[in-house]
Amino acid sequence: MKIILNGIFKENPMFVLVLGLCPALAITTKFESAYLMGLCLLIILMFSNVVIAIIKRIVPDAVRIPVYILIISTFVTIIEIILKTYIPALSDILGIYLPLITVNCIVLGRAMAVASKESIKTSLLDAIGIGLGYTFALMIIAFFREALGAGTITFMDATSSLTGYKAIYELPTTNILPISILTNPAGAYIALAFFVALFSKFKGGKKHESH
Amino acid sequence: MSPISIFVTSVLAQNIILTKFLGICPFIGASNKEKNAFHMGLSVMLVITLSSIITYVIYHFVLVPTNTTYLRTTMFVLVIASMVQLMELFLKKYLPGIHKTMGLYLPLIATNCAVLGVTLLNINNDFNFLQMLAFSVGSSLGYLLIIYIFATIRERLETSDISKSFDGIPIALLTAAIMSLVFVRYL
Repeated sequence: MKIILNGIFKENPMFVLVLGLCPALAITTKFESAYLMGLCLLIILMFSNVVIAIIKRIVPDAVRIPVYILIISTFVTIIEIILKTYIPALSDILGIYLPLITVNCIVLGRAMAVASKESIKTSLLDAIGIGLGYTFALMIIAFFREALGAGTITFMDATSSLTGYKAIYELPTTNILPISILTNPAGAYIALAFFVALFSKFKGGKKHESH
Repeated sequence: MSPISIFVTSVLAQNIILTKFLGICPFIGASNKEKNAFHMGLSVMLVITLSSIITYVIYHFVLVPTNTTYLRTTMFVLVIASMVQLMELFLKKYLPGIHKTMGLYLPLIATNCAVLGVTLLNINNDFNFLQMLAFSVGSSLGYLLIIYIFATIRERLETSDISKSFDGIPIALLTAAIMSLVFVRYL
């Protein structure tokens, strides 16, 4: 439990470690695609961490990175094929950002820092924590970007072929909302900058209390 | 689209850093020094151009005929990683001067998402060979341009007075946001 919470708050991959930004900025224009991307990363991270923790003794140090990348890309390919068959709309939205998980700093970083050293159980828990932390971070960014930038919150749209119904909420428009810049790439950078700053402020404050 | 217009749009209006967010980990993390950023950008340019050509050939002459296009992610990652390794060996042996300046960044580039991203975009956009070449050279030139400008801005930022919670990464992200507004016409 402690390891999971550590991944969500203290070592949140997005706001504290600031890793894996490429997909985070690109697909957070819609709430739905954000949490689904987070889930994809969570699943891939869990499988790759467990497999790497199992085989860590057999792999020689010299070929560590290529072997890990191969393992990760295998799971990425599996997820890619599953999405393409069952939720083609989603695989269109995620586009190249799904295969790019292969070279995502978070997955490879976790493999090097945790899975290649710790036990299988610790690696699995760490993967769950980091994956959830990443998913929450994506959800928060996407929530603000979509709600303020487009005036909607999409809970279920691309996956409606699977679940059978759509859930898109529309917020009332006022004279300041929606701020359309937030849905642009520049808005992605602005939103992330404010969240990282907020997190570092929040963390700094917490440290003072504990002293 | 003609190769020339692809080239121009991929350098400026559809810059891979500012609009597609590819390769921003080193962009945010490492580009503090003007000179380092320039060398890093040059090596990225070399790797992107070479690996685009190789992966394009492999995709169209090996994966498509054998009906195994689902393997492209694995294949491309392998090609990029081994090519970076080969390039390092080659530079070390024959061009030690260049190896000294670029060698440091080459291993990092193997896991740079700009490289994999551009090779995948080449395939997704159904480019022919010339368009592919224009797109790869254009995108990597755009990468070099932005990372260089950004490094010079950050050198100035280091000496300026910034609120504590915004110091470091947040202010870098805000700078990127403003650059994105300048380079890509939105409003």
